[in-house]
Amino acid sequence: MTVRRRVAAFVVLLVVVVAGVGWFAAAELAQSRAEHAAPSDVATAAPDDVTGPRLVFRSTAPGDLYGRVSAVPLADLDGPRAVSPVACDRVDATTRGVVCLRTKRGVVTTFEAQVLDADWQVAAEWPLPGTPSRTRFSPDGSLVATTAFVTGHSYASTGFSTETVVRRADGGGAVNLEELTLVVDGAPAAPVDRNVWGVTFVDDSTFYATVQSRSLGRTWLARGDLTARTLTTVRDGVECPSLSPDGTRLAFKHDADPGPEVHWTPAVLDLATGTVSVLDAETRNIDDQLAWLDDGTLLYGVPRTEESGVTDVWSLPADGTGAPAIAVPEAWSPAVVRP
Amino acid sequence: MVTLGIVSLLTDVSSEAVAAVLPLYVTASLGLTTVAYGFVDGLMQGASALVRVAGGWASDRGDHPKWVAAVGYGLSALTRAGLLLASGFAAVTTLVAIDRIGKGIRTAPRDAMIAASSDPRSLARSFGTHRALDTAGAALGPLLAFVILWLIPEGYTTVFMVSLGASVLGLGALVLLVPDVRPRRAAWLAQHKTREGRGLPKCKGCTCDALGGLEPTGRPFSWSFLRDGATRRLLLVATALGFLTVGDGFVYLALQDRDGFATQWFPLLYVGTNAAYMLLASPAGRLADRLGRARVVVWGHVLLVGAYVCAALPSGGIAPTLLALVLLGAFYAATDGVLAALAGSLVPLPVRATAIGTAQTVVAVARMVASATFGVLWFAVGREPALVLVTVVLAVAVPVCWFVLRRADATTTDAGTAA
Repeated sequence: MTVRRRVAAFVVLLVVVVAGVGWFAAAELAQSRAEHAAPSDVATAAPDDVTGPRLVFRSTAPGDLYGRVSAVPLADLDGPRAVSPVACDRVDATTRGVVCLRTKRGVVTTFEAQVLDADWQVAAEWPLPGTPSRTRFSPDGSLVATTAFVTGHSYASTGFSTETVVRRADGGGAVNLEELTLVVDGAPAAPVDRNVWGVTFVDDSTFYATVQSRSLGRTWLARGDLTARTLTTVRDGVECPSLSPDGTRLAFKHDADPGPEVHWTPAVLDLATGTVSVLDAETRNIDDQLAWLDDGTLLYGVPRTEESGVTDVWSLPADGTGAPAIAVPEAWSPAVVRP
Repeated sequence: MVTLGIVSLLTDVSSEAVAAVLPLYVTASLGLTTVAYGFVDGLMQGASALVRVAGGWASDRGDHPKWVAAVGYGLSALTRAGLLLASGFAAVTTLVAIDRIGKGIRTAPRDAMIAASSDPRSLARSFGTHRALDTAGAALGPLLAFVILWLIPEGYTTVFMVSLGASVLGLGALVLLVPDVRPRRAAWLAQHKTREGRGLPKCKGCTCDALGGLEPTGRPFSWSFLRDGATRRLLLVATALGFLTVGDGFVYLALQDRDGFATQWFPLLYVGTNAAYMLLASPAGRLADRLGRARVVVWGHVLLVGAYVCAALPSGGIAPTLLALVLLGAFYAATDGVLAALAGSLVPLPVRATAIGTAQTVVAVARMVASATFGVLWFAVGREPALVLVTVVLAVAVPVCWFVLRRADATTTDAGTAA
């Protein structure tokens, strides 16, 4: 081929590729616009109708209400939902307000956390270093814990890393949990690589969380004390703990076969006896911080395999006596509020 | 060389657009964790580094660097098509792995082509211009990807489609627009300018006094360049300095650890580094051609010392953060392309691609070991002491390395004019 023919061939290729990709992108954009403008196919309720004991969650029904923080009465979980004006990736709620972790899309994508009051007004906000993962209020709503992945660019990747910070609900007094003194098996183990994630509060100074040291190949359940500034390991192999309402048990995700392939199964640890019951009625891989609907029932989100971006909140008896069932369809990040 | 730069630009748009959204795609859309992702990522960086030598070797042996590079670019383009169909975690990580191998294959032959098609006296500048275009692609890709996700919230398919388009165009530009340079043959022809020298009959059409074969073979490929003193010293210095280059991730984490500015812009810190790299790559190459390539490569590590100092400073703020990013970008500008130019000019032409590939592999493996070791050090003694330690060792190592390599620039000048 002559140079001129080669250049001509490249120009043809350029036109074909640009036109093809442009056409595809335009079609996707139009479809996405239409989907997001389309009304979400869910029954909605007026906010004033859902004020008693309720489940607050992220609605994942496709359409104009996608991602909005919503609420349903505990007595009617799959009933009409009261939809707020706020969209979040991850939420927790108390009677006083909501904590919302969010990805701010744009030419530059950034991440933030907001504490919103009962009228959805921003009470506090601060930036997050990466994709939102978990968030929890302390029981009285005075403290808030947030976990975000520290991920940027592939060249900046140092593997899996999380940042977990506890703050006052007004955004002040931030404590990065990696700065607490780590006590492993009774002895201070300051020189150790560690990642902390998945906080669940006992009260305003005590909490449980996951601590992992990859160089040691261990993942612990740790009990944290914000007054003494310590994190004390309790036992191995407990990830993303969640304290039951009566304070006697921790629900967590259990990896039966540690290795590069993870498969998490819901499990419950009895704090008094140290007995673990693995709830293997759930056979799917569950990657969520479990929530307690009541002292006998767990809630967690599971993505739908055939519908990208749509998730359901499932329920599972905490004593292992039953099979999982969908509790709230098209929902994610459940949080129980009992006024 | 500019065409090769555009090939790289398009391919980097393609791969960086995907790399930027992959953590989000894996966690948000596939609903999986990033634990295993990091594991596979590390493993494949290693595989990619080793494949580089093989790519260089194949390029030198066949004397067709273009076709070896085309295999590498083609492999990466195939993975883009695969991403459109893949749905599971294993499929996605496999495709990312194949993409890395493609990158490993193409790097050395591409650099050999840059070397073959530039004036030996301005070799580092040519590499600088190429790296500037390459980095422009690396900066454009993620921005393009995030604009798409901004407009189409679940638009990962569109990102993959745009990425496929860019990689097909890159491959097309390589195959259609880049000449099939044959470095060994070209050098042989340059050295044997007369018809007799080429073993041809004295005049066209004569057959009676043919002296030998018509096909020039040049000097055969041989690994003996590894026994050459200058090459050995370069590889030694590259290894030593690579061991003290701990990975941008740690610099970003250190900046992020101490101030709100860096936290808010954490996902974009690398854009600052890339912008500085892009702007400075060509001027740094010109400087290397004038002052000596070995000198610029070795003393360029002083910029890295500066970046570490900025990251280790106890107090944060916008100024030290930005300065750290600029210094990091300047460090890459002064070392990456210039190292390829230096390695390529130290060795005889028939082994040039292999030598460039070997030097890059040595640096990549040393840096991986450095990152892993530094990770342990970081957590063992803490962020600031770890950074201070590396900074001090690096500050001592730079003059020592310069002493070892002090005669390399004289060697390259000779080799450069001979080639």
